[in-house]
Amino acid sequence: MIRFARLFDAIDSTTSTNAKVAAMARYFAEAPPADAAWAVFFLTGRRLKRLVPYAAIHDWTMAATGLPSWIIEESYSVVGDGAETAALVLDQLPIVENTAPLPLAAWVEERILSLKTMDPEVQRARVMAWWAPLDRLQRFVLLKMITGELRVGVSQTLVVRALAQASGLPVATVAARLMGDWTPTPEWFVSLASTEPTDDDLSRPYPFFLASPLEEEVATLGDPGEWLLEWKWDGIRAQLVKRGGAIHLWSRGEEIITHRFPEIVAAATHLPDGTVLDGEVLAFRDDRPLPFSALQQRIGRQKQVAQMARAVPVVFMTYDILEQDGQDIRQLPLRERRERLNGLLQAAAATGVLRRSPVVATATWDELAGLRRESRDRGVEGLMLKRSSSAYGVGRKRGDWWKWKIEPYTIDAVLIYAQPGSGKRASLLTDYTFGVWHEGELVPIAKAYSGLSNEEIGEMDRWIRRHTVERFGPVRHVQPVHVFELGFEGIARSPRHRSGIAVRFPRMLRWRKDKPAAEADTLENVQRLLESAGG
Amino acid sequence: MPRRRNEPDVLIETPDGLFCEAGGFHIDPWNPVPKAVITHAHGDHARPGSAAYLCAGPGAGLLRRRFGSDTPIEPLPYGRPLRIGGVTVSLHPAGHVLGSAQVRIEGAGGIWVVAGDYKRAADPSCAAFEPVRCDTFVTESTFGLPIYRWDDTATLMADIAGWWQSNASEGRSSVLFCYAIGKAQRVLAELARDTDRPAFVHGMMLPMIEAYADEGVAMLPVRSATDQPRGTSFAAELILAPLMARGTPWMRRLGSHSDGFASGLMRVRGVRRQRAFDRGFVLSDHADWPALLQTIDETGATRVLATHGHADPLARYLREQGMDTGVIRTAWEGEGAED
Repeated sequence: MIRFARLFDAIDSTTSTNAKVAAMARYFAEAPPADAAWAVFFLTGRRLKRLVPYAAIHDWTMAATGLPSWIIEESYSVVGDGAETAALVLDQLPIVENTAPLPLAAWVEERILSLKTMDPEVQRARVMAWWAPLDRLQRFVLLKMITGELRVGVSQTLVVRALAQASGLPVATVAARLMGDWTPTPEWFVSLASTEPTDDDLSRPYPFFLASPLEEEVATLGDPGEWLLEWKWDGIRAQLVKRGGAIHLWSRGEEIITHRFPEIVAAATHLPDGTVLDGEVLAFRDDRPLPFSALQQRIGRQKQVAQMARAVPVVFMTYDILEQDGQDIRQLPLRERRERLNGLLQAAAATGVLRRSPVVATATWDELAGLRRESRDRGVEGLMLKRSSSAYGVGRKRGDWWKWKIEPYTIDAVLIYAQPGSGKRASLLTDYTFGVWHEGELVPIAKAYSGLSNEEIGEMDRWIRRHTVERFGPVRHVQPVHVFELGFEGIARSPRHRSGIAVRFPRMLRWRKDKPAAEADTLENVQRLLESAGG
Repeated sequence: MPRRRNEPDVLIETPDGLFCEAGGFHIDPWNPVPKAVITHAHGDHARPGSAAYLCAGPGAGLLRRRFGSDTPIEPLPYGRPLRIGGVTVSLHPAGHVLGSAQVRIEGAGGIWVVAGDYKRAADPSCAAFEPVRCDTFVTESTFGLPIYRWDDTATLMADIAGWWQSNASEGRSSVLFCYAIGKAQRVLAELARDTDRPAFVHGMMLPMIEAYADEGVAMLPVRSATDQPRGTSFAAELILAPLMARGTPWMRRLGSHSDGFASGLMRVRGVRRQRAFDRGFVLSDHADWPALLQTIDETGATRVLATHGHADPLARYLREQGMDTGVIRTAWEGEGAED
């Protein structure tokens, strides 16, 4: 327990993700598997059921300290957390010497979980005896656990990184092994950290190969015949893995999204075993992609999956095949992989959910540039240019795969609020909010953080400090003077935004020093963009 | 001793702060007055503009640096009685910061002690608190709730030193935010026990550190981070800075750093997280809950008036223990702002 409490404290008392990962990795390397298993349980956000109500903790704290109820309430109003209030107040109790401290697993399995079947009077006697030998930190963690409120400030991704560090396993392996249902037993933790392959490893995807933005003239790429050209679809890049009869869909963020898209799973049942496909999950209807905002309705939705599947149908638009008949074929030339993909999908494509990303046929770069201009009408983001002879690499390696995106949507908007950035930019006002005109007022339309040079950031910072009209905490309301050309990738209706519009990936393209604020765009202009986007 | 109900109060509340009618002086007035007795040099206790000041001897240097060297300041050694009008005044160490004083006033209404801010933990940068017997005790209550209880200073200093060391080993500097009068010097004096490695400080702290050095307080040698030439690397260094420097362009020169805040406020996790410091060190120059109760007991006072911070709960708690209590409002309701 003390080791876990110290880990909790180490994570809690730093804002550095590296330090958090290091603390967890150390814990996993040192703790017995039974404890480490429970630590993973808590660190990944799983919680015990509430075994004791806060009101009981309050009463026991009164009984143990002799303090009046009202002063504990008053303290609670400062602390804002019941378990912490109790732990801070209980700090006045002496710590009873304890010769045999219990490890975390024993605390949870032998003590805490047994509270469930106890009468309140017995609970009271037990918990008050349990906290006697604990220090403040351990008392806090204990009270958080028994009230079912222990939350640790780490994401699953960080826990995975720490487990990978501690075990020497690849991140993808650990991520895969943490998916689905598991119980925190010592055996489970041993297999989680094992360098031997386990059944779970069958679900693992390959590292994604990523394209780089095309910055040179397209003609510099040489003979168009050496390139395989496709539309750049605007969905979720994913790998569809079918091995050992099981189907897993992985997003590029190494998250399993299988359960979100049952129609893709259904379609994949027709695939032969030992197949890994790379493609894009796309909201798709009547042979046309729907905007990304439609797909977003299906992400993050745990319930009503079937209902949402009818409202927003999706397809898996396949780009590539990485594994066939259980063989890793990433080193084959793309041209050959595509042929194999064609052969495979002709058999499986009966449902129309598994599709091949069509090849864009073109004889010249000029012709391709013309097709690219149709991107927005086709509901795509531009073009992908892949060298036909290329292998499927790892990560973002320049040279073989390029993305040639269309120019984003642009508007001219006025800087209205500024606040400090984070990390290295904490001393600079770099996070801006922009507005567009509506009935004589500036309505916030987008926040943007990047796109200015360091010199421009410094100049803006000085100007903002001198022209702040009002401050709300860290946020400064500035005089509406500066106009910026903003670019963004997508636009959608949003009842959550005051403007009624949400933009995707906004960034500053240009500081329009030439343009007075009065001539910035209006909300009506932006609404027209929305209509043209079909939203 | 029972309170003599017929006697006038030695001190009364006025729009300018506590006033002693029989002596014709205010204590820590927040507006200019003819004569001000100052408990200590913090901004919410010592305000400029009064015609004359009285303070404890070791605190005069700090006051002069704050108000200007031509300010009429009369230093009074700790413990020496001074007749002012119809009362006798003496100043006694409060252990809060250099020159901090409890004001003892003996008059027709009995003996009153105004403690100002105080702490009971040992502090190498100022004289230790001395309990003074009185009838009416005016206590601070900045941390007047039972959640506030300080760990011992050695443990806290080991935390700070360990943090500095681990940052240094990763090539980062350590920026410790702390109040420019008291906390900064206490940290420097504590650190001087174990190292002589110089620390950097924000330029505005220098005069206050000088005032401490003038009184013979041994501290780590310091250099101004503000005066270093452009491009100076602060990697592995400790830099003390006032909270107001946080998030200003001044911070940019410090490069990659970890930041911490030394304050009793850091006792509460929510406050730590909300302020988003990398580290919070619960190092306070105020009395914690047990020290408040212990001190009140040691004064033998039959009436206790609480002021600053959590005055209401402290007063109510003491009242429920059978004590005559009250609350004195202040113009400064930034809870623990100077800790």
